[in-house]
Amino acid sequence: MDINDLRGIATIFTTVAFLAVVVWAYSGKRKSQFDDAANAPFADEGGVDAENGETRS
Amino acid sequence: MSSQTSTTDRPQYNMDVVKLFTIMTIVWGIVGMGVGVLIAAQLIWPDALSFGPWLHFGRLRPLHTNAVIFAFGGSALFATSYYSVQRTCQATLAFPKLAMFTFWGWQAIILSAAITLPLGLTSGKEYAELEWPIDIAIAVVWLSYLAVFSKTIMARRTPHIYVGNWFYMAFIVTVAILHVVNSAAIPVGMFKSYSAYAGTTDAMIQWWYGHNAVGFFLTAGFLGMMYYFVPKQTGRPVYSYRLSIVHFWALISIYMWAGGHHLHYSALPDWAQSLGMVMSLVLLAPSWGGMINGMMTLSGAWHKLRTDPILRFLVVSLSFYGMSTFEGPMMAIKTVNALSHNTDWTIGHVHSGALGWVAMITIGAVYHMIPRLYGVAEMYSVKLINTHFWLATVGVVFYIVAMWVNGIMQGLMWRAVNSDGYLMYSFVQSLEASYAGYIVRLIGGGIFFVGMLVMAYNVWKTVQLSKTDATASVAQTV
Repeated sequence: MDINDLRGIATIFTTVAFLAVVVWAYSGKRKSQFDDAANAPFADEGGVDAENGETRS
Repeated sequence: MSSQTSTTDRPQYNMDVVKLFTIMTIVWGIVGMGVGVLIAAQLIWPDALSFGPWLHFGRLRPLHTNAVIFAFGGSALFATSYYSVQRTCQATLAFPKLAMFTFWGWQAIILSAAITLPLGLTSGKEYAELEWPIDIAIAVVWLSYLAVFSKTIMARRTPHIYVGNWFYMAFIVTVAILHVVNSAAIPVGMFKSYSAYAGTTDAMIQWWYGHNAVGFFLTAGFLGMMYYFVPKQTGRPVYSYRLSIVHFWALISIYMWAGGHHLHYSALPDWAQSLGMVMSLVLLAPSWGGMINGMMTLSGAWHKLRTDPILRFLVVSLSFYGMSTFEGPMMAIKTVNALSHNTDWTIGHVHSGALGWVAMITIGAVYHMIPRLYGVAEMYSVKLINTHFWLATVGVVFYIVAMWVNGIMQGLMWRAVNSDGYLMYSFVQSLEASYAGYIVRLIGGGIFFVGMLVMAYNVWKTVQLSKTDATASVAQTV
């Protein structure tokens, strides 16, 4: 095994890691969680959701 | 799932330390940029503006960079992170005394920099010039900052850690690592030390630090600011939270490897230079992902730009961010770098990032925070915010264009050869040709500086306003 194998492994590893993050972030079942998290800046005020036209119950 | 946002018992935010850091952001902004204007003038009139060794260009230049990056930028990051982490976590700032210590400690470090650098006490590492006793103090303050910030996140009442806090956290953790590794030195006296590393290794560690100071101090930290203040000022959540997650992981994992581009055509091994170049090019993707995410947050709310100069600051800062993160990868290409290296183009690039992105998003955030911190409805004068916006924008454009012209001209002059193979120009000839650009740069920097004074006046009047308003203290916690 020489340095080029390490370079190859590093390339594959980063590609897989990147794709894993994308798949994780864009999977459908996490959408509602992320929508919730995205509203964290408005946690200190009331009623901003109505202003955004989104319903949260 | 909205129970956490509709709780009626709100935490008492601790805004004392935020106020102090916010005010000092403005003070250090004026000091740091003022020194910048002075040294820009020194490059035009070196003899007339010569005041002995203490105020020589060579000593004032690191004072300028330290003041704008660590005093102005640093205070802004402390202020905005302490401000937004409490609100996005719905929690009181943890360890209030330690938080106050980070304020006084950071100010003491800034003062010691302002004393030691003009005295010529320096370790000679760019953006890490301060000598070892101050370096230890920085580490202590920084770990206190980490404790306050992470403990506040742990005490959060919201289920999620908001993406802005992820960026702030990455900035705090990484800067701690960068600072400790790069500042490792062997002291030989109270104010003199030698780096723990030798030769090329030292250079590589220095620019691993140096570029990640850009990537984490001046980018990740300010992206944390962006992810809070852009949605907040726009009144709608960030365009894509999923994109922000990909943005985060891609940005922090790639930035680490880009530093080699500072050492093109040096003794650094060729493969490390190429790695630095390639990683810098890849960096364009997450940088623009974040920029687009911030910009698109305004989609459907673009009309707000007509009436809201604070939002204008935030959006134009993102435009400059996009521009400088395109320019940076281009300059990291070896063949382009052969032209741009050591020329004023680099200075222009730094300032499109530092003035256009870092300073303008900070200014927007400060204008957002000041009325809320002092319990008034809005700034004393919205019109003056608009004046400041135009001064800042015009100032940056003058500055950058002057440096582009100078940089490309210098690069071309330095590499021009006669038919007999001798260099066509001496260095001094390229310097003489640069004067026009230096004058335009001074004008641009001066205009930006005047904008900061306008801001200081506006903030001063707003604080006065809050004192005369009897009901002010009630609104403070809302």
